[in-house]
Amino acid sequence: MSVDKIFVLGVNHKTAPVEIRERLAFSSDPGTPFREIRVIPGCEEFCFLSTCNRVEVIFVSSLGEETERRIRNFLFAGRMSYEEAGRYVYLHRGEAALSHLFRVGAGLDSMIVGEPQILGQLKQAYRNATDQQCTGLILNRLLHKAFSVAKRIRTETGIGSSAVSISYAAVELAKKIFGSLSHKKVLLVGAGEMAELAAQHLANQGIDEVIVANRTFERAVKMARCFNGKAVAFEEMVEQLAVVDIMISSTGAPGLILLKDQVKPIMRQRRNRPLFLIDIAVPRDLDPGLNDLENIYLYGIDDLQNVVEINRAERDKEAVRAERIVTEETLKFMLWLGSIEVSPTIVALRQKADAVRAAELARTFSQLPHLSDKERKALDMLTSSIVNKLLHNPIIFLKKEGKDETAEDKRARIDVFHRLFGLDSNGNGPDQED
Amino acid sequence: MSYLLFQVTLFVYILATATYAVYFISQRKEVRTIGRWLLVGAGVLHTVYLVARYLEAGHTPLTNHHETVSFFAWSMTWGFLSFHWRYNVRNFGSFVSPLITVLMVIATFSSRTIQPLPPALQSAWLPLHASIAIMANGFLALAFCGGLMYLLQERELKKKRFGMFYSRLPSLDALDSLNQHCLAVGFPLLTLGIITGSIWAKQAWGTYWQWDPKETWSLITWFLYAALLHQRFTVGWRGRRAAVMAVLGFAAAMFTLWGVTYLLGGVHAYVG
Repeated sequence: MSVDKIFVLGVNHKTAPVEIRERLAFSSDPGTPFREIRVIPGCEEFCFLSTCNRVEVIFVSSLGEETERRIRNFLFAGRMSYEEAGRYVYLHRGEAALSHLFRVGAGLDSMIVGEPQILGQLKQAYRNATDQQCTGLILNRLLHKAFSVAKRIRTETGIGSSAVSISYAAVELAKKIFGSLSHKKVLLVGAGEMAELAAQHLANQGIDEVIVANRTFERAVKMARCFNGKAVAFEEMVEQLAVVDIMISSTGAPGLILLKDQVKPIMRQRRNRPLFLIDIAVPRDLDPGLNDLENIYLYGIDDLQNVVEINRAERDKEAVRAERIVTEETLKFMLWLGSIEVSPTIVALRQKADAVRAAELARTFSQLPHLSDKERKALDMLTSSIVNKLLHNPIIFLKKEGKDETAEDKRARIDVFHRLFGLDSNGNGPDQED
Repeated sequence: MSYLLFQVTLFVYILATATYAVYFISQRKEVRTIGRWLLVGAGVLHTVYLVARYLEAGHTPLTNHHETVSFFAWSMTWGFLSFHWRYNVRNFGSFVSPLITVLMVIATFSSRTIQPLPPALQSAWLPLHASIAIMANGFLALAFCGGLMYLLQERELKKKRFGMFYSRLPSLDALDSLNQHCLAVGFPLLTLGIITGSIWAKQAWGTYWQWDPKETWSLITWFLYAALLHQRFTVGWRGRRAAVMAVLGFAAAMFTLWGVTYLLGGVHAYVG
């Protein structure tokens, strides 16, 4: 089996804006991709992954480009030309597809590096694909491998515990203030990648509820859906402060949207429960004076940046280790693919040897009709052990991997093997030789 | 004999404190485990010492300064250890153990001579009143340590300058509930200490309350803590304010213990 038959086609938060991504999500009928992709010619196996931040089709095809073209056209379903869609999609093939999938599963390709949610989503995608009988030998093995790679990375590196950037800093601070984040609520005001990221990361830490407020209510509803949260009108923001514990603000407002005097009475209503305010808007959304109020902790983007610097070195080290595991596991998977490539040859060789042996035995037995059952059995065993011993070394030779053998070398080797033993598919039986 | 035991106990306390200090700097778990077991060892030795002292004196060893302060340290140790088994507060030991050691050092420098019990103290109320009152101090001291930790952590979070405490101290929430737990034990003990003292006063001197300076100051202390707890339950005083109050309350308690004796005198004077 050639690794070049494995493809990953998709869009993610890095290659496509949310407007494009959400159109590919098939949220109205999740069954569509299965029905549509299944009938695409050349597509032997596939798995369809769709999350807030990415849509990917992992597929095995012997036709390659043709299948890819059809899948891409299906994904963008006439909304965009093939070439136009090319601006947003990425296509990985062979080895690159393997390591991409492993990276995705481990959260290395996520917005928040090391976040665990993607693994669950990938597992669900795989489950859906197996329910629809869309996967086979290759993808079953590949997806399971992706799960175990993710697990390995999580246990062997600290990538999960010290995920990245500003949003990580926000979570770390929140933990220093609140201890556990379960039963806490977060209010997300405005939109923006960074705010979304921070909210996402908080959600991953088991936060109770995400409430979204936006000047455009529709936008708030959309975003709330992403976090399984609820949307409120922008005017309700101050009111919500009485119930939430963390507020992340990143509106494009030119001035302050929340003043010290607005929050002061709310603290009494909150019975002085601490309030963690995160302002990642430029220019600022929240009154800097808020930090002077008791039990309120206001952090701006620069403050968070300082926290980030504290553990940058540590994180970089973990990321390098995670990438090394991905490379290692990719190579291992390539080896496995290589081994299933030679196995048809081994089967053919064994079949041929057995056929020769059976034919020769039958001839011998017909010439020696007086043989007892015991003697027949002994002859049978004798011939089979001769055959096995003779085949042993050739099979080892076939299975063995050269140190830096390319796929090309291997194919050549298998070809020699076929000719040497006359295993070509047109040679139908042992008796037809010469 | 018992003096040697006391010195060994003090030595183990010092070792435990040093180990906790090393743990605070290095944050290595093995070190903390060693520190904890050293403290348990010191606590056990200390208990043995108290029993020996009781046998030696023939009455509850809570009648002079040495005995009082040493029992105070003992209450803190076991109070701390009992909390430790219920929930883990990071680096609490690094704050508690130095205070215990300081108390023990103070006890070392006080007179250890056993004096015959004055008639006024010969009562079943002595062990009850004195031990409850001092144990209350032990828990209030733990609340003080928690409050101090809260203030340090809060300062770094507010100022956004992350020094050595930010990563080492637990969350504000954990420290705040630690504070509450210590007070939940310490305050009832304090109340009980005052009540038993008052009943004993009625028996010994014929009046429940005579506005002796120690009585007055323990009442002031009681009111401080009562105010704190009241505010916490009604308007939700918590965090910084509660921590400051825990520190102030402890200062008042310490003044009741020492300041009153050395500055103001009164009927409790002989207790040291």
